[in-house]
Amino acid sequence: MSSMSKQTILTLGIVAIGLAFISLWMGQQAYSWFPPQASAEAVLVDQLFSFLVALGTFIFLGVVGTLTYSVLFQQAGKYDFSDGPHIEGNVTLEIVWTAIPFVLVIWIAAYSYQIYDQMSILGPMEHVHRGMTTAEATPLMKPAAPLFDQKPVEHIDVYARQWAWEFHYPQPAITSTELHLPNRQRIQLALHSEDVLHGFFVPAFRVKQDIIPGQVIEFEFTPIREGRYRLRDSQYSGTYFAAMQTDVVVESPEAYQQWLTTTATQPPVIAYNRAFDEYQRAHNPISTGWKIVEPASPPIVNYPSSSVSNP
Amino acid sequence: MTNLSVDAIAQVEQPLPGAPNNWKRFFSFSTDHKVIGIQYLVTSFFFFLVGGILAMIIRGELITPEADLLDRAVYNAMFTMHGTIMLFLWTFPSLVGLSNYLVPLMIGAKDMAFPRLNAAAFWMVPVFGVILMASFLVPGGPSQSGWWAYPPVSLQNPTGNLINGQVLWILAVAISGVSSIMGAVNFVTTIARMRAPGMTWFRMPVFVWTVFAAQIIQLFGLPALTAGAVMLLLDLTVGTSFFDPARGGDPVLFQHFFWFYSHPAVYVIILPIFGIFSEIFPVYARKPLFGYKVVAISSLIITGLSGIVWVHHMFASGTPGWMRMVFMATTMLISVPTGIKVFAWVATIWGGKLRLNTPMLFALGGLVMFVFAGVTGIMLASVPFDIHVNNTYFVVGHFHYVIYGAVVMGMYAALYHWFPKMTGRMYSEGLGKLHFVLTLIGTNLNFFPMHPLGLQGMPRRVASYDPEFAFWNVVASLGAFLLGMSTLPFILNMIGSWVQGEAAPKNPWRAIGLEWLVSSPPTVENFEELPIVVAEPYGYGKSDPLVANPDRLEVVHESH
Repeated sequence: MSSMSKQTILTLGIVAIGLAFISLWMGQQAYSWFPPQASAEAVLVDQLFSFLVALGTFIFLGVVGTLTYSVLFQQAGKYDFSDGPHIEGNVTLEIVWTAIPFVLVIWIAAYSYQIYDQMSILGPMEHVHRGMTTAEATPLMKPAAPLFDQKPVEHIDVYARQWAWEFHYPQPAITSTELHLPNRQRIQLALHSEDVLHGFFVPAFRVKQDIIPGQVIEFEFTPIREGRYRLRDSQYSGTYFAAMQTDVVVESPEAYQQWLTTTATQPPVIAYNRAFDEYQRAHNPISTGWKIVEPASPPIVNYPSSSVSNP
Repeated sequence: MTNLSVDAIAQVEQPLPGAPNNWKRFFSFSTDHKVIGIQYLVTSFFFFLVGGILAMIIRGELITPEADLLDRAVYNAMFTMHGTIMLFLWTFPSLVGLSNYLVPLMIGAKDMAFPRLNAAAFWMVPVFGVILMASFLVPGGPSQSGWWAYPPVSLQNPTGNLINGQVLWILAVAISGVSSIMGAVNFVTTIARMRAPGMTWFRMPVFVWTVFAAQIIQLFGLPALTAGAVMLLLDLTVGTSFFDPARGGDPVLFQHFFWFYSHPAVYVIILPIFGIFSEIFPVYARKPLFGYKVVAISSLIITGLSGIVWVHHMFASGTPGWMRMVFMATTMLISVPTGIKVFAWVATIWGGKLRLNTPMLFALGGLVMFVFAGVTGIMLASVPFDIHVNNTYFVVGHFHYVIYGAVVMGMYAALYHWFPKMTGRMYSEGLGKLHFVLTLIGTNLNFFPMHPLGLQGMPRRVASYDPEFAFWNVVASLGAFLLGMSTLPFILNMIGSWVQGEAAPKNPWRAIGLEWLVSSPPTVENFEELPIVVAEPYGYGKSDPLVANPDRLEVVHESH
């Protein structure tokens, strides 16, 4: 390994450039592996993931390519019982392959820090703690320009219980089992759980937060794309965990105001609840009769989601 | 290091097991580390099959979007028991079994430091295995709160009974913990004190280093889990409120207790597999392990770092931003010593004279899948990305690439490699290669689809899912069934070869190592005269002897 010929260096260089192109291409493909980018945070997360995919592809193909070459071309002959060369190590090489991953890791951590700081999903981070991360040690770190310095404009209370979502809007004071949000405005949710751990997860927004009983967690993000998306419970919450899903509707601020106004005129009704419905169904053919935690009564809200969106 | 107590222990504390060449010894309270090793391996493999059947039932449910095969409660019990059985009754005990068999032989000892403790630790495995299985029979069924048992779900006791699935689960985990601590004390003592003359630290095979590093983790980590489990048990049975928020407890505190151990636990699992890779690549590439000392020391660095990364399981939990950032950095650092090992294995193989026997195939397959899991692991360490995929199938895909791709494949590699030593018989290469091909295809078919599913936002632990996820779930389920089938040629090979395989010589692979200098299988005492080690462990490519007294290690008997 110490005396590499020009030929070898050239070959390695060409292979590395080829790998780099494949890796960059994979990084671009990565964007298509996600649901639609429906929030400003999603744009940031997808960027970061694309970078990680490119880097990961390079490392993976580098290692696997080398192994494949060995397996194809460096097998012992059937009657060749001699050993390979007695090479115990190479200090230079070992320093290089310790240092490069170390630098890469700091780079990834710094970049991730920057993205997380911009997302500010738990509100702005307390920057007094910043000195504890590796991020500050790198010149890459500029004071992150917050993407969204606008104050949260829409404040909604989210109530999770076994196994229902319920949303409370302040102005006018209405309730729903389907989350409606105005587009392109900073949203602040106050997450409440009334029994066990739950998780607020909207894949199209790329954001998630566990909901802890006994705590209220303020959680922020900014939707940027109108449409109907899925909201799922992401922290295992017991028997009907998988059924605890509903829809998020992102609409223009005007449509959102219109929805609030109309809904305020609606009398509260009992919403459809999948868990409650299944539990009450007498003829469950696959039931074992194990005693389980009873689902809470279905929420009574001004705007119930249709049972179609909660199949 | 010469060690007076070696002789003393050999004389005083090592009762000779009876009926040394009789199959009945495997059902007795034998104190022979080789018998105990095989007892662990066979028992844990039985539970591997049980856990695998549960996995196939889970995949049967998930082959369609609706919850139509199992009651939701049963589904939840299935994944709880699958995780618990696979970790506490397969992965841990199988690795302890392999370590039990190999460590004394590799360091030139006649047995473990505490042979009776060793036997007691093993016999706790069937005990808590039975307790765990019995929980299927209690009213309300087994625990349905997952192997992580987060409160408050794990504290909800809908049956109201004192003896319920959750209580039995905690009891089983606690006994498993005691057994593991007993094992850890034994391994650490044995490696520190029982090495043969001349077997200095830097002459130990890397497998021994990794076992040492892994068992130190057990010693510092398990007390935290045990404390958490005891508090959970008290909350559940006598109404304390450590973790119950309804009565002022803190459910997030449990997560810290749990992951303070259960994250390092994955290094308890993967470190011996690193050891197996480090033993197998030199043998089948005919080259010394590249950078032996650095690889050995990296194991201890991993041990150290493993204690300060646990919060990466809680990036979406009730954790503040600064904590997420700190643990992101520590988590990513682990990739440095791990990377050193991967590169060292690649450099070991490079330019060698490869022989693609079954152990080598499994080790190579395991390495490639470990690298893939390492790449997704770094991604998961990155907080913003983890926020999206936390608790999705992406995580399930990642850790099954580690635990099946690397650990199970590595375990198979080890079982084939040391099968002739353990049984005195050769296995069938043809069946071995068939087993490898089925396992490789099955693993990727089963676990690769979980990555796109997670990226798309499919949560883990769900009994039903939106129809958009159907395609990849069908692929994963087919992979799971194939993986189930892949164990058949293995079982056939192991049983068939043990019964009527060709007799194995001392050293069928021309491998370097103390275990290959004695007969296959070794005698009860391993070494009649303790080996005097005079060389480093991987002398491939030069013909220096490993020990000064190769001809006096055993009594001359019907030699080959």
